[in-house]
Amino acid sequence: MAPPSSRRAGFSKKAQFSLFTGYLLAAAGALVGAALLALSLWQPAAFAPLRGVASDVVTPAGTGTAMARSGSQGIFAGLIGYFNAGSQNAELRRENEIARIRLAEAEAVKAENARLKGLLGLRDGESKPVATARLVGSTATSGRRHAYLGAGSASGVKPGMPVLSERGVIGRVLETGRFSSRVLLLTDSESVLPVRRAKDNVIAFAEGRGDGLLRIRLVNLGVNPLKVGDMVVTSGAGGYYRPGVAVAIIAKITPDGGIARLVAEPAATNFVTVMPIHEAAAVAELEAPEGAGAPPAAKPSPTPAASPTPVAAAAEE
Amino acid sequence: MERLDPRARSDIYGLRINRAPAPWRVRSVPYASIMLASALPVLMIADTMPLAPSFGFLMLIAWRMVRPGLLPLWAGAPLGAFDDLVSGQPFGSAILLWSLAMIAIEAIEARFPWRGFWQDWFTAGCMAVVYWLACLVVSGASLTPEMVAVAAPQALASVLLYPLIARLAAGLDRFRLSRARTID
Repeated sequence: MAPPSSRRAGFSKKAQFSLFTGYLLAAAGALVGAALLALSLWQPAAFAPLRGVASDVVTPAGTGTAMARSGSQGIFAGLIGYFNAGSQNAELRRENEIARIRLAEAEAVKAENARLKGLLGLRDGESKPVATARLVGSTATSGRRHAYLGAGSASGVKPGMPVLSERGVIGRVLETGRFSSRVLLLTDSESVLPVRRAKDNVIAFAEGRGDGLLRIRLVNLGVNPLKVGDMVVTSGAGGYYRPGVAVAIIAKITPDGGIARLVAEPAATNFVTVMPIHEAAAVAELEAPEGAGAPPAAKPSPTPAASPTPVAAAAEE
Repeated sequence: MERLDPRARSDIYGLRINRAPAPWRVRSVPYASIMLASALPVLMIADTMPLAPSFGFLMLIAWRMVRPGLLPLWAGAPLGAFDDLVSGQPFGSAILLWSLAMIAIEAIEARFPWRGFWQDWFTAGCMAVVYWLACLVVSGASLTPEMVAVAAPQALASVLLYPLIARLAAGLDRFRLSRARTID
């Protein structure tokens, strides 16, 4: 079918002008878009307030789908549970016994920890969550991995705060709206997180690859000490995260570190908590010389800022 | 007459006598459907890879192909601005790319005025793939081979979904023009 001849304006001056204006406006739109794109690539936080308003509008719908999602996960888990329930029951009972023993041991370690910390005069590192909310959506069409959270600046959420699930680290708050906020997930290719191996102090950076896996890059190169199955946890360097939160499990070894799988998958979580920045004073100090425009996705300094120096100093005063 | 055949005095848009399409519906349906298509993929949790093709862009092309001349040439800019607010791409990328897409379709249509299903699909598929690649390039992250590899299904899906979305746009067009208003 041939399209209607809207392009042929004929002798009508009005039609000719409106056609010309259409082309002019479209070209102007493209130019304005190019300028805005350059601006937002240069200053990623420039349009955060606008996006905040838009995500506030979308979030209520997302809350409904998030509830449906968690409900359907429960149904599937229940259905799968009916098969091989017997053998699973025995297995679980044995695991539970072992877990109970380990729990008792952990209690003992915790008590000893508290005693040693008391001797050193350190304050307890536990902090209360700022907010608890659902992950209500994500940027499913984009190459970037951002998620939307159903709590915003009205609940005290601020950019830079870590987002944790009951299993481990989910990501970090990037922008806040009034009732929603945007979270940079660990799998985003711009996300960098300082980590260490759980059982010793091999330190590394966990970088998102953009395909759901993390690249673990060791800080000290040499003989690669990592093994498949090692757990990496946050090291607390940079001051954003509390040290010792589970991040990922090494799945493959590479010359400079490894490829790791996430422990806490955002799609499988129900509720997440937003924690306060672990050492806000240290972070403010680190950010100040770089200028206030440093986005929260900026690479954290590799200096071990989680060393208790500022805290200890504060405790002695 | 109606006793013999209830639909004797009606066509696909409904009864023909003393009925007219609702004016707000005639104007708003294309824009509302494109904005809705932009906002819908936000409700999915995609933590490892991009799951959905850009429905907003596909809907824009579908409306432009199914109903040439309905959307003004500059419609890509405001609709793209809305898409940028929810899609996670840097603000301005869809304004630029959607405007360019509208101009490109206009140019293609001037060159090949006679069209058919296969040619439409070919044009839309090419534009969707180019748009997919351009989106990855301007996403604000440095482009890695892994990112392109996990986003490849997205390109395939957008090409394969175009005929369905064009049918959807045609259905919405029938809804848009259906005679809902009674003239007394």
